[in-house]
Amino acid sequence: MEWETVIGLEVHAQLATKSKIFSGSSTTFGAEPNTQASALDLAMPGTLPVPNEQAFRYAIMFGLAIDAEIAKISVFDRKNYFYPDLPKAYQTTQLDRPIVGPGHIDIELADGTQKTIRIHHAHLEEDAGKSLHEGSFEAGMSGIDLNRAGIPLVEIVSEPDMSNAEEAVAFAKKLHSIITSLGICDGEMSQGSMRFDVNISIRKPGEKLGTRTETKNLNSFRFMEDAIKLEVERQIDLVEDGGRVIQETRLYNGDTKESRSMRSKEEANDYRYFPCPDLLPVVFDDDYIESIRKELPELPDARHDRFMEQYGLSSYDTNILSNDAGMAQYFETATKISGDPKLTANWIMGELSAQLNTADLPIKHSPLSAKQLAGMIVRIADGTISSKMAKQVFEGMWNSDGDADSIIEAQGLKQVSDSGAIEAMVDEVIANSDKQVVNFRNADESKRPKMLGYFVGQIMKASKGQANPQQVNEILLKKLNDLL
Amino acid sequence: MHNKTIAEIIAGLDAGDFTSVEITQHYLKRIQQLDSTYNSYITVNEETALAQAEAADKRRAEGNTPAFCGVPIAHKDIFCTNGIRTSCGSKMLDNFVPPYDATVVENFADAGAVILGKTNMDEFAMGSSNETSFYGPVKNPWDTNTVPGGSSGGSAAAIAAHLTPGATATDTGGSIRQPAALCGITGLKPTYGRVSRWGMIAFASSLDQGGPMARTAEDCALMLNVMASFDPKDSTSIDRDVPDYTANLSQPLNGLKVGVPQEYFEEGLNPGTEQAVRNALTEFEKQGATLVNISLPHTKLSVPAYYVIAPAEASANLSRFDGVRYGHRCENPKDLRDMYMRTRGEGFGDEVKRRILIGAYCLSAGYYDAYYRKAQQVRRLIKQDFVDAFEKVDVIMGPTSPSPAFEFGAKGNDPVAMYLEDIYTIATNLAGLPGMSVPCGFVDNKPVGLQIIGNYFDESRMLNVAHQFQQATNWHQQAPKDIEVEGVE
Repeated sequence: MEWETVIGLEVHAQLATKSKIFSGSSTTFGAEPNTQASALDLAMPGTLPVPNEQAFRYAIMFGLAIDAEIAKISVFDRKNYFYPDLPKAYQTTQLDRPIVGPGHIDIELADGTQKTIRIHHAHLEEDAGKSLHEGSFEAGMSGIDLNRAGIPLVEIVSEPDMSNAEEAVAFAKKLHSIITSLGICDGEMSQGSMRFDVNISIRKPGEKLGTRTETKNLNSFRFMEDAIKLEVERQIDLVEDGGRVIQETRLYNGDTKESRSMRSKEEANDYRYFPCPDLLPVVFDDDYIESIRKELPELPDARHDRFMEQYGLSSYDTNILSNDAGMAQYFETATKISGDPKLTANWIMGELSAQLNTADLPIKHSPLSAKQLAGMIVRIADGTISSKMAKQVFEGMWNSDGDADSIIEAQGLKQVSDSGAIEAMVDEVIANSDKQVVNFRNADESKRPKMLGYFVGQIMKASKGQANPQQVNEILLKKLNDLL
Repeated sequence: MHNKTIAEIIAGLDAGDFTSVEITQHYLKRIQQLDSTYNSYITVNEETALAQAEAADKRRAEGNTPAFCGVPIAHKDIFCTNGIRTSCGSKMLDNFVPPYDATVVENFADAGAVILGKTNMDEFAMGSSNETSFYGPVKNPWDTNTVPGGSSGGSAAAIAAHLTPGATATDTGGSIRQPAALCGITGLKPTYGRVSRWGMIAFASSLDQGGPMARTAEDCALMLNVMASFDPKDSTSIDRDVPDYTANLSQPLNGLKVGVPQEYFEEGLNPGTEQAVRNALTEFEKQGATLVNISLPHTKLSVPAYYVIAPAEASANLSRFDGVRYGHRCENPKDLRDMYMRTRGEGFGDEVKRRILIGAYCLSAGYYDAYYRKAQQVRRLIKQDFVDAFEKVDVIMGPTSPSPAFEFGAKGNDPVAMYLEDIYTIATNLAGLPGMSVPCGFVDNKPVGLQIIGNYFDESRMLNVAHQFQQATNWHQQAPKDIEVEGVE
């Protein structure tokens, strides 16, 4: 009998606040170790946390975006455990009174149908620092970097509503789309801005839930998909061989594509949660929540519908362009200038996406700005350059800051659309191609179009590729027909 | 000079009778000669104190005289002082020099005060006898065979021995009031949230509150004027105007309703202490106050509830002392676990360890509901007792501690007997109410304290009540006999 897979996700998203959740330290990524750590971040005695209102606003924005109830009273708890990169030896988090209650996110499956994934809750908490085991440390020593300690996180906990890796990835992508559209998280997974913990169990249809494992800290959609497939396979093999799944936390290594056990349930900490006495319960009134609702930016689903309507694109194109906030913004900026949504869409989904993929860059770090791309599209549309030339212009812009016009100028890529000049070239080629003209004249009418290729080739050669091919075709055909 | 109150020192400085440098030198000399007996200071800041005194004299000459300009005081070694070692009475922080000032310290600096030094205390403020300090016990100046009380025993003894006219202190379950009582001085624990906790090393965050200790209520009022503030750096600080606490001191007490809780006069109260407190109540009647018998029915539950909540919070608050970033770290740790275990094993004393264990236990899975949650429920009942009482009375009075100062080691082996020292003081911390202790007599030449409990933010009235009592009595003017030094003064 077939196995059924049950998957739930816990997602940590770093909120894009300028300062940390309980201190004034900066949250900028990539600074020298411990340069963004204040006395509070170092948990010096006597220091006290002061909540950052922006973190609450962002969490509430998320809650509103997923149709969740916002808790009127939000309480912080201490989660106690010792680890060198956790300076207070407790994490300030939320257990019983999270800021965001139950909500839901709809995903689209491969067959085009919709599925609703329920969100159990989402809560605010602080990130831990980082332990550094490589570097110029004395033997047996490790370094601690507390720049990350205290960066606000929203932890989003789903119900176990996904039944395969594809659904889990679709959910993760939709979540990514929502939080980046809201602007509450930069979504840079390679920098750890969004991290996934996956809970997986298997069962026979109709049976009760099996024992689950948790695979922690997956930081790309690809790793998540691979890790889920690997874990499902591992559990099925284990059970079919007469074994039993044990509740444990596992780590997945994306490079070796292997996973290993980190700790079992028996080894799990007793976190001794209790309400943090340094932070009073935070109370939100309806006016506050409503004022945030009014400022919510457009969400992916609404944007999808608007793109279909406003730009007349296919559903497939719209999905690609509207899901990712960065992509959507790029498309809209470019289209506004180019005035040609279809052509703009094609270039973004085609050449631009391919190049970004190769360079492993998110669209918001594209070396080619929406304005540059649009400038090129304007020149395609007005006939200045051909699509073939456009590839060269694109490449030129990718490697420099120049706009399309300056590259067209510099590389002499201007298409010749002067009908007098093209006519002269056509006349010359015809005059020098007696044999081909005779063949053309004698050929069966149905075969004649194919024979045009020779003439076009000669003309393009004569024009060094710059003649407008459409005009060449028209003029050539007219002249040859005149000779019949 | 060292018999002057803070009010008198301010007047003397204003009148030019002496300079800040002179009085500072005088106190530093006394500390040097006497404190080897009392051990009330952990750190004495001769150089910085004299520099502050010089600066204050200069400021005064320029006509810029903030409230405490040139007045010497001491800080309990629980308040972080920028550049000055802050030990909290523990080996764990013996080498800890904070890079910041507590808000209370900053407030006194802004007011121009001179900081003589940092006073001794029970380790991490856990104790009622000052016997748990890593720096050795403080001796009670009234009888050096007895304890000064705790945890602010260093501040109390330093004031009683006239080694400072006033000192900051903190009170989590009685740590200002009980040592004030045992040392015959005046101390006030304000309403929770009145004095910023920023930079005050946490014992139990929901109970800790800083406050003043001095010889008179008037001095406490002057100090509270400086200490009390709304502090955006402390989320539990309350945004409420700070009145001038000296403004109402002379208000007559006609018509004052004094609640006398029956539970504060039951078994376990020393008869001499009871007598002294009853005499004080009679004095208030003489001044026109009415005594009202009241009941605080959940008083008995306050000690057990406190010894769940305070250790639970402490167990988390003290987890940061792990040897990673500052403070004590064991020699040559062989791995992480070894570093944690030996660092904490060596750095903490027995009482601190005991409370961390109790706290961690109460919060453990399976015990949380029976202990921590239950204790929080009891805490609400205790608070309600006071809310009900304050509908009938203006202040509540009773003994501060069940008996006068006891001998060293008398309760060392019996933690519960020690915990019962705070039976009359703990409930106010659980309720977040302000409480005071005022000298009201002697038993066998040992001072007795009268406790005055006020309603929320009613410190002005409490200070008025205490001041009026001190206008009519001279208990607060008594001094231990061995504190005079030849050749000084």
